[in-house]
Amino acid sequence: MHDSSLASLARDLRPSRRSFLVGATALGSSLVVGFSVKSDVSPDATKPGANPFVGYVQIAPDDTVTIYSSQMDMGQGIYHGIATLVQEELDADWAKVSVVGGFGNTALYGNIPFGGKIQMTGGSSGTASSWERYRRAGATARAMLIAAAAERWNVPVGEIKAENGVLSHASGKSATYGALATSAASGPVPTSVALKEPNEWKYIGNQALPRYDSRPKSNGRQQYTIDLREPGMLTAVMIHPPLFGATLKSFDGSKAKAMKGVVDVVATPRGVAVVATGMWEAMKAREAVTVEWEDTKAEKRGSSEIAADYRAAAEKGGEVVAVNYGDVDAAFAKAAKVIEARYEFPYLAHAPLEPINAAARMNPDGTLEVWGGHQMPDLYQAVAAKVAGITPDKVILRIMKTGGGFGRRASVDSDIIVEAVATAKAIGWKVPVKVQWTREDDMRAGRYRPAFIHKMRAGLDENGHLIALRDTLVGQSISKGTVMEAGLVKNGVDVLSVEGMSNQPYAIPNLRVDLTTTTSPVSVLWWRSVGSTHTAYALETFIDEIAHAVGKDPVEFRLAILKDKPRHAAVLLLAAEKAGWNTPTPAGRFRGVAVAESFHSYVAQVAEISVDNNGLPKVHRVVCAVDCGMAVNPDQVRAQMEGGIGFGLGAIMKSQITLDKGQIVQGNFDGYDVLRINEMPSVEVHIVKSSAPPTGVGEPGVPPIGPAVANAMFKATGRRIRILPFANSENS
Amino acid sequence: MRMTLNGQTTDLDVDADKPLLWALRDDLGLVGTKYGCGQALCGACTVLIDGHPARACQTTIADAAGRNIVTIEGVSGKVADVVQTTWTKLDVPQCGYCQSGQVVATIALLTANRKPTDSDIDDALSGNLCRCSTYHRIRAAVHEAAQLLET
Repeated sequence: MHDSSLASLARDLRPSRRSFLVGATALGSSLVVGFSVKSDVSPDATKPGANPFVGYVQIAPDDTVTIYSSQMDMGQGIYHGIATLVQEELDADWAKVSVVGGFGNTALYGNIPFGGKIQMTGGSSGTASSWERYRRAGATARAMLIAAAAERWNVPVGEIKAENGVLSHASGKSATYGALATSAASGPVPTSVALKEPNEWKYIGNQALPRYDSRPKSNGRQQYTIDLREPGMLTAVMIHPPLFGATLKSFDGSKAKAMKGVVDVVATPRGVAVVATGMWEAMKAREAVTVEWEDTKAEKRGSSEIAADYRAAAEKGGEVVAVNYGDVDAAFAKAAKVIEARYEFPYLAHAPLEPINAAARMNPDGTLEVWGGHQMPDLYQAVAAKVAGITPDKVILRIMKTGGGFGRRASVDSDIIVEAVATAKAIGWKVPVKVQWTREDDMRAGRYRPAFIHKMRAGLDENGHLIALRDTLVGQSISKGTVMEAGLVKNGVDVLSVEGMSNQPYAIPNLRVDLTTTTSPVSVLWWRSVGSTHTAYALETFIDEIAHAVGKDPVEFRLAILKDKPRHAAVLLLAAEKAGWNTPTPAGRFRGVAVAESFHSYVAQVAEISVDNNGLPKVHRVVCAVDCGMAVNPDQVRAQMEGGIGFGLGAIMKSQITLDKGQIVQGNFDGYDVLRINEMPSVEVHIVKSSAPPTGVGEPGVPPIGPAVANAMFKATGRRIRILPFANSENS
Repeated sequence: MRMTLNGQTTDLDVDADKPLLWALRDDLGLVGTKYGCGQALCGACTVLIDGHPARACQTTIADAAGRNIVTIEGVSGKVADVVQTTWTKLDVPQCGYCQSGQVVATIALLTANRKPTDSDIDDALSGNLCRCSTYHRIRAAVHEAAQLLET
């Protein structure tokens, strides 16, 4: 189904001006200003001379401003962030600003930190990708509106004010942006537009700017893919193979087809789809379908067997080397003290509260609409086209806001897109079809955070200095065998397996990180903060262990070996200071600390805990310091740190996906437990003041919380938790 | 089958064992009530039945017959207004998907208990999962709403 590399995929996609027009005009309004502008090129607004009204900003005669986002919003608030960037320069009426997903034009929407060759949301790169692009779009649009007003009123450009969606002149003339948008959009595009200086910002960095979509998300009006009710739309549920690696042999849907509301039972490349008038009808009918699977190549091991295989591999040492400097073996040979530890991390499900879904409709004009949480629009457009047997320019993506994601909707095999399009096709494109997974489908369909083992070894000299560190990692590669392999697997090492460890920040003269990449039909994927979900835990609890072994304070010990890492050191110091690290804790409370960089943002957290009757931590308070460059929306930075802390805390405390004879044991939130409100600590977030370009915050709040809590647990109990989650019986 | 739904008498001709959740969403088009688990494990489908919070996914149409059902689309009155205004003011939602359930459960809590303690909030809301972990702000918003209702 897939091309072997991103390059050939990009060739296949060949996004055209035409495909963009098809998508844009179908977005709903017949008064789409700007999309009628004559332009044969699709310039990127980061480059001077680009027309912002082509693909970035639409201003309707009623003054509503629609911004086309290159980034998908799964709750991380990037629509709000992009709106803030445009608004800062455009100065429209904020109450009339909204954001929708753009697609189908890589030149406009390509992810800049990822090279600009593909449109995608991920790697906490949304703000960095948008920073220049969307401010410039806003500034250029404003300049063109002013030019249009100057021409209409025959006054100099310099005499026109543009504020809060209104253009005005001292003579008393005024007009709204909407009134002049059409002439502005067809005017000449200025080649040099100055962006505001930071001291002129009204919206960027504004502590009080309300998030524009909080209201519809508080009154039930926000629409998600699951809510789609297009005319005639049917709902399908899938029957996936019960084992990873099994394939469909045969099925009998005759009994199901006789049931009320059932329209058809069809095969797709990923399993059997039961198509019905509604979700309940489809779920009931699914029980009546009998399926035979071919499972000779399927995964049939259980979790304990997989862990045993991983441990054996770790003992042998890694098959490939990620980083190696100094002379680790010589350093260990002369070390006065050697500390060893093994860490074990389970598979984890993303479990977004809206289970995975997508919908497809073939239109009479030959265009195919595909609704969903499209995190990788270019890829999904190409895949949908292939499944449908049409060209990518005929695929219109409806980019929906989603009920969470955490990485799961950036599926490199486009699983749900294949299912939705294949199901609609299998019923002869008669009506639109929405494929909706149940919670159990979502939890058992794979794409987990890969299980990993770290075997770590530290060498200390007679003065207690850390002179050598070795980590052998064992686990599956996220990138191997996907369109991402060419970019992310270097010399046999998947960057995503070792990130956070191969680039660990401490001054250690001899370091070796090696890796054995295991294979299994169990599918894996990036999960909020990716490699750092396990590397930060292993590194930061091990460093803590080393600090205690040499009788040093964990903050002081870290600071001494973070000499060349001022941003790590600064967040660590800030979190420690705000948490009162050097003051006594209340009786029965214990503190632990961790610091980690991920996606070019730096986060330190101090967790304050007590220990409950079951020997598990109760986390009372987390003090978090973050350096993400300039904070575009400070309150959203805080929100993402709060959310990342809760997400990471639930996972290390309670969550795991396990296999029994190849079958996933957990199916719902009873077996796969996640954080609840009674377990959420109070969180204080401190943002480092910075003039550096903004980096991301969607993921970097996650990595430090696990080790911070584990380090506090050591202070409380003298016990190191090395097998996750904490609730695992093996720890008690 | 007849019930009072968001203040209106509503007749529904569906199987008696159909969960209220899917009747609301698929038959009546009230999609503000969300599906998250289907087993009363996540709280996304919380509605009010005769004023009490209930999981629509585990309530059959037979159970709903003759009852007074209020969904997120139909919440009204001072408590509902204050709760939704506070949710917006504190920018509680991230993805927003669980928030219908959180808001409905909070309206039920504050209707019954005008001054909930942290432990009351835990009891009332620990069955409402938020994968974005907006819990920190939910708690703050419940307290703030309670304060506003006092005045």
